[in-house]
Parts: sequence; C-alpha cells; structure tokens
Amino acid sequence: MEIPKSFLGYKRENGRAGTRNHVIILPVDDISNACAEAVANNIKGTIALPHSYGRLQFGADLELHFRTMIGTGKNPNVAAVIVIGIEPKWTKRIVDAIESTGKPVEGFSIEGVGDIDTIAKVSKKAQEFSMWASEKQREECPMSDLWISVKCGESDTTSGLASNPTVGNLMDKLEPLGVHLCFGETSELTGAETVCEKRGKTPEAQAKFKKTWNDYNDFILKEATDDLSESQPTAGNIAGGLTTIEEKAFGNFQKIGGCQFIDVLEPAEEPTKGAGLYFMDTSSAAAECVTLQAAGGFNIHLFPTGQGNIIGNPIEPVIKLTANPLTAKTMSEHIDVDVSKILSREMNLSQAGDELIKSTLRVANGRLTCAEALGHKEFVMTKLYRSA
Amino acid sequence: MSNTDIIIHDEKDNVGVVVIEKINTDQDCNCWIMENDKSVSIQSKDEIPLGHKIAMIDLNEGDTILKYGHDIGKVVKNIKKGEHVHVHNVKTKKW
Repeated sequence: MEIPKSFLGYKRENGRAGTRNHVIILPVDDISNACAEAVANNIKGTIALPHSYGRLQFGADLELHFRTMIGTGKNPNVAAVIVIGIEPKWTKRIVDAIESTGKPVEGFSIEGVGDIDTIAKVSKKAQEFSMWASEKQREECPMSDLWISVKCGESDTTSGLASNPTVGNLMDKLEPLGVHLCFGETSELTGAETVCEKRGKTPEAQAKFKKTWNDYNDFILKEATDDLSESQPTAGNIAGGLTTIEEKAFGNFQKIGGCQFIDVLEPAEEPTKGAGLYFMDTSSAAAECVTLQAAGGFNIHLFPTGQGNIIGNPIEPVIKLTANPLTAKTMSEHIDVDVSKILSREMNLSQAGDELIKSTLRVANGRLTCAEALGHKEFVMTKLYRSA
Repeated sequence: MSNTDIIIHDEKDNVGVVVIEKINTDQDCNCWIMENDKSVSIQSKDEIPLGHKIAMIDLNEGDTILKYGHDIGKVVKNIKKGEHVHVHNVKTKKW
C-alpha cells in the first residue's frame, strides 16, 4: 500500500496540528470540579476534565500534577482552555504555561467569589471560546504532524501474536515519515527489560531506560507485601491465557516493531529530540498511561486489546484494535479495527498494518472512535505519593 | 493450506498458542511456526481454550518456558507434551 502523505487536521498557533478541536474546562484541583462541570453543562462545545487531585501535593508529585495539567492544555487537540482553581497562584502558573502555545486561555479562581458568580463569569468566556473554535477548519497537514502514542490493555496471548505486532508494523511504516511515536508501561516491560534496554538508539537512551526500570523495580520491591501475582498479570490476562509477567512483557514489546527509542521521557514530559520513538515512564493502568501521553503532546492513540479494554480519553482519540475473534464479536461496539484474521491466516501482518494506518487516518481526519461515540473520557492523574 | 489450530512464535519455543475457539482432548492439531513459516503437528492431551498454551515437548520441574524465543517463566510441575501450560504449572521468575 502506498502510504498517504497527509491528513486533515487543525493547525495551531505554535505550528503543531490537532486531530480534534476541543475547548476544555480544566479544574486545577478536585474542589473546582463542580464549577468546571457546571460551565461545560452551560456552554455547548466545551468539555470539563474533572479529576481527583491538586491539593497539598508537593515535590515531584506536585511537579507531575502541573506537567499533566499544562501538557493537557497545550495539546494540539485542544483549541482553547479555561482553567479554574480554588486559588489564583497555581491557576496562573498553569495559564501562563499554556499561553506559550499562543492559543486562547484564561484562568479563574473561586476563593472570595463562590461557585455561582464564578460559573456565570466563566460561562461567558467559555461561550466566546466555543464559538471562536467552532469556525476552525481542517486543513491538509503532513503525516509528520501525527504524534502517535500506544498502550495495550486487557491483553491476552492474541495481543502478542497479532494486535501488538500490527501496531509494530504501523510504527515501522510511519517512523520514516517523521512521525513522533511513544510507548510506556514501565511495569509491563518487566521480564523484557534487558531486551527493551538494547532498543535504545544511543548509550544515553539505554542508560536512562535502565535507570527508569530499576527505580520502578526498587519501588515495587519496597512496597509489595508478597509479590505482584495478584495484579500482574491481571485476572483478565490470565483468563486470556497469559501466565507470567515475562510473557505479558514480550507481548507488550511487540508494539514497537523494529523501532529504536531515541529518548526516555518523564511522565507527561513533552519530547524535544525530534521525530521518532520515545519511551515514557508510565504506569500500566490504561487511563493513567493515556492521560500522561496526551499531556506529553500526543494527538492520536492506538490501543490493542485482547479481552476487551474499553478506555477512552477526553482529548486524545483512542483507536482500539483486537485480534481476539471472540472479543471482536462480543464487544464489537468497542473495536475500531478487527485484525483477528491474522490468527486464521487470512490476513498477514503487513496487510493488518495497512488496515490500521487507514483507520488511523480516518480518525485523524475526524471519524469518531468507538470510545468517543460511547462517551469514554477517562482523565486520570498519576499520583506518585500521598499529599502533605 | 490446512486450518491452523496453534501458532508458535519462534522456532526455539517449547509452547504454542491455541488460535481456534478451543481444542479438545486427543485432538490432532496443525501448528504454524511464524518465524520460519514451517508447519508441525501435535496431539493435545487436554481441552485448551483460545489463547492458552500447549506444551510442544515434555517439560520437567525447573525447566524454562520459551516463547518469542525468550524466557517467560519456570515449570513448577512436570508437563507432558500436549498438555495445557498455564498458572497451575508455570510461574514467573520475577518477584
């Protein structure tokens, strides 16, 4: 198949391009959720991103909170942003950072005003943003404007056999076109960590990966009461035939095809070393991982599943594929791309990769994913440790 | 091409994955090795569902299970060729 050279995206002020055109109402903290949700309810064409944290966090955990908030606002799938916090200081810090992209952003704080007057004030601004964004048109953008993140979930052996290698095949075909790519899931590379480390393009990238995985493993050894056998593999993984974390890891690892990663990113960190594959240090919990990748600036997500994970994200469209013929049948409303014919050998990996590229472009051009049509918008902050 | 019942990732692997809805006890199965595109056959000794593994050779306690050509865990209970390989007879080497 000849790979298309472009897609239709929304060009942003900073040169990036979006596959979506959201106006988001971003609460800085848990107690500002009610206000954000009220505004999103008032003003059509806006979406609130409620979450559970943002108070009394400190150190690296607070930095990650800011990085996730700011990165979400900066994501090119977002046209304009309203930030609402209880206090002005943290709100302003987020607004100022998002403003660097050149997109419309405005912050509000609730203290001394109360919910009702805040909602009235914010709604006026949100209406202005929503109507402004509604006039944005899709334009032709080069493939290199696609920033693709990947993560698998509710995996089974069909993931390692077919759906993950299909994603790998897409990576092999799109990497030469200057696409940004990102995989994560530090925990679920356990067992394949030395093989993964060798995929670092430079000694620095390899050393950074090794340190990231070792730090993670030390944390597990410190916190685990017995072992992780209750969590890794999950009950769903085991039902699907996966026996050990090593088996899951080698299956997981198939997603990057033959690509080498050029750098290791902190959770929610934006890549700065140009096009190519990046590894991001993330949890393997689906919603946490995709939220971090979206905050890193990725604008379209590929999610292979075996037993049928149903996750979506509010700003980054999540495309699901499965090679499990039972899942494709019993959960068809969640599956964007069915590659189960690989198992019956009616389709080879390269054909499956081509199908996935076509579906990815359709979604990049505006087709709703199953998760979007079903209303999945899981926005889940990663918390590193308890608050002060 | 005859139907494929079991797929084996790598020539070195000592387990294969069932890719039909299930295989029955004493079923003669066609296996396809992805790495070298060769075919082999095996008779199952258990009923094994889609996605679950079958032992391609006799395996003894302490042996290493190879899949994708890599170590994915250790045998904790002897396994005969054709038997179901899963959490009841294989454990992780991590943790």
